[in-house]
Amino acid sequence: MSFLTDPINAIADWLESLLLSLGLTSQAVTILMTLLGAIVVGSFGLMLVIFLIWVERKVYARIQDRLGPNRVGPWGILQTFPDMIKIFTKEYITPIGADKVPYNLAPILSVSAVLLAWAVIPFASTVVGSDINVGVLYIVAVGAIGTLGIILAGWSSNNKYALLGAFRTVAQMVSYEVPMVLALLIPVLLARSMGVNSIVQSQQVWYILLAPIAAFFFFITSIAETGRAPFDLLEAESEIIAGYQTEYSGLKFGMFFVGEFLHAFTISALTVTLFLGGWRGPWSEQVPLLGTAYFFIKTFIVYFIVLWVRISLPRLRIDQMLNFNWKFLTPIALVMLMATAVLEKILSTWLPTLRLTDSGVILIRTITHLGLNVLVAAGVIYLLRSYTIRREKVGQPRPLAVAPEPPASVLE
Amino acid sequence: MIPLSWYLIFAAALFSIGLFGVLSRRNAIAILMGVELMLNAVNINLIAFWRYRAVEQIAGQAFAIMVFAVAAAEVAVGLALVISVYRRQNTIIAKEIDMLKW
Amino acid sequence: MALSQIIFLVIAAATLVAALLVVISRNLVHSALWLIATLFGVAIFYGFLSAGFFAVAQVVIYIGAIAILFIFSVMLTRRLMQDNSPQINRGWPLALLLAILFFGGVLGMYNTWPEFAAMAPEMAAEANPLEQLGLALVSPNAYVLPFELASILLVAAMIGAIYLAWEKK
Repeated sequence: MSFLTDPINAIADWLESLLLSLGLTSQAVTILMTLLGAIVVGSFGLMLVIFLIWVERKVYARIQDRLGPNRVGPWGILQTFPDMIKIFTKEYITPIGADKVPYNLAPILSVSAVLLAWAVIPFASTVVGSDINVGVLYIVAVGAIGTLGIILAGWSSNNKYALLGAFRTVAQMVSYEVPMVLALLIPVLLARSMGVNSIVQSQQVWYILLAPIAAFFFFITSIAETGRAPFDLLEAESEIIAGYQTEYSGLKFGMFFVGEFLHAFTISALTVTLFLGGWRGPWSEQVPLLGTAYFFIKTFIVYFIVLWVRISLPRLRIDQMLNFNWKFLTPIALVMLMATAVLEKILSTWLPTLRLTDSGVILIRTITHLGLNVLVAAGVIYLLRSYTIRREKVGQPRPLAVAPEPPASVLE
Repeated sequence: MIPLSWYLIFAAALFSIGLFGVLSRRNAIAILMGVELMLNAVNINLIAFWRYRAVEQIAGQAFAIMVFAVAAAEVAVGLALVISVYRRQNTIIAKEIDMLKW
Repeated sequence: MALSQIIFLVIAAATLVAALLVVISRNLVHSALWLIATLFGVAIFYGFLSAGFFAVAQVVIYIGAIAILFIFSVMLTRRLMQDNSPQINRGWPLALLLAILFFGGVLGMYNTWPEFAAMAPEMAAEANPLEQLGLALVSPNAYVLPFELASILLVAAMIGAIYLAWEKK
């Protein structure tokens, strides 16, 4: 029965007993199991990209009122395999004067930065790669490693345009890290812990109801971190050819591509874990497999929203992007963090004196936090109203050519 | 398993390498890189002493956080200065930045 | 030798080699990349010392921000695309002597200390250094004053850096 409810842990226990019976020391068994776990999670992430590319192309196509790939396999599911074969067989053209080691290291760093983030995401209540107690900060750290890969790519290509593209990309990514970290701190504050599994376990009410502004900001800044539309000035073909990826061909470019798709899925997974309750749902503690199912359903819904945003919104210019970040997102994120902290302190000193039931405490907490978010949003909208461009009506539009009234004799 | 001496020797070696870098490089940015190495060595020393001698107190960790903050601030200002000097004198070789004005 | 000791020695050797390459490389961008490797090694050492928060903070602050600052400033202050002029100035034998003397002096001073080769004490199982650190940084009879001063320092550094690097048209 435990195999049906918790297959991953059951397989792990069986494997561990098998290895111990083969005579390895327990230290070696731990190392082997951890290594195996890492390989499984990494391969799973990369295999998922095959499916994600198909999902993206189909969703794009349907939103744009066309069919999308439908030749290779039923509904075009196997379309990614021919694409993969095409990319594998392309020639690697290394530009003259390129620095060999950073040039080859950059796509590896790009993909590994995304895969490393999968180590702390809990798939079920008992299935998590590595339950460190600074999980949230770890996620920020691996985002920083991705930025490093980009700058290596841009510099080592020995190409002015790639370098400029890399500069702009890194400027955007480093700028958008600030509101992202501030928005990430709000679930940490609400859950009193930085460990990702602890944050999921303390979400009796989903944090999107307690902190909608923080969820919204985290979502937007993560999309900007990935470099997807509407923030994709840096790799738009009409603007700067391919930005920092210009000089990459074949599988090296494929690695950047895979990294970007996996990053989009990873930020959906992170949003779900931190704000939408992760693996929580009815009966998910007793049956961890159900928790994993909930997690993936929620993640695919959020991924669909990411695709939807990409296909619908026009591209932002670089100065609009940076203005949006520094003049809108960062101040509001700071205000939200301070206000949430003050409210939490007030609640924690005042609520125990009321002696309510557990669900009463949760209800009061939800209502107060939601009220605070609505208040801040209303205040922001009120402040922004004073910046609208006023348009005055100068006069009624005058028709230029109007047919004259036919004389009464003709109308008879 | 790992005695304190190994960490301290490693930190001293890192500090000496940083010292060599500061004293022997021409480029101002390379000098700042040497300073970063020295600050990291100091941090390792602090955390090693915290872990091995005073785990219950928190002074070691608090001090290390201060060193992190100061190092970040110093690098930011130092590099801004270097870029500003480069704009004026078009050089960042420390030996050539030797006149206040001409 | 236990496995942890072997791993420690390997990573220590790798980090010191990377640090040496930082101060010896002719190409400044290579120096910056070796600096990133060194900082990563230092982060691994923080992990060994059960200071997980510091390991992750090291990656975020040093590698994610300071190293990128270094790479940017190297690229913005170059006169040529490939600059391979010698990077060591004329006084380097004296600098080498001074570094070796310093290392020897510090080691000699450590040797006179009886607890030099002490082993790590056990940390209590429910000790939570992260929570202790958080509480210590904001409690008035602990370290709130240095914490606030560090924030003021960072704000001043931020404003100063922006002003200094501003292009005055």
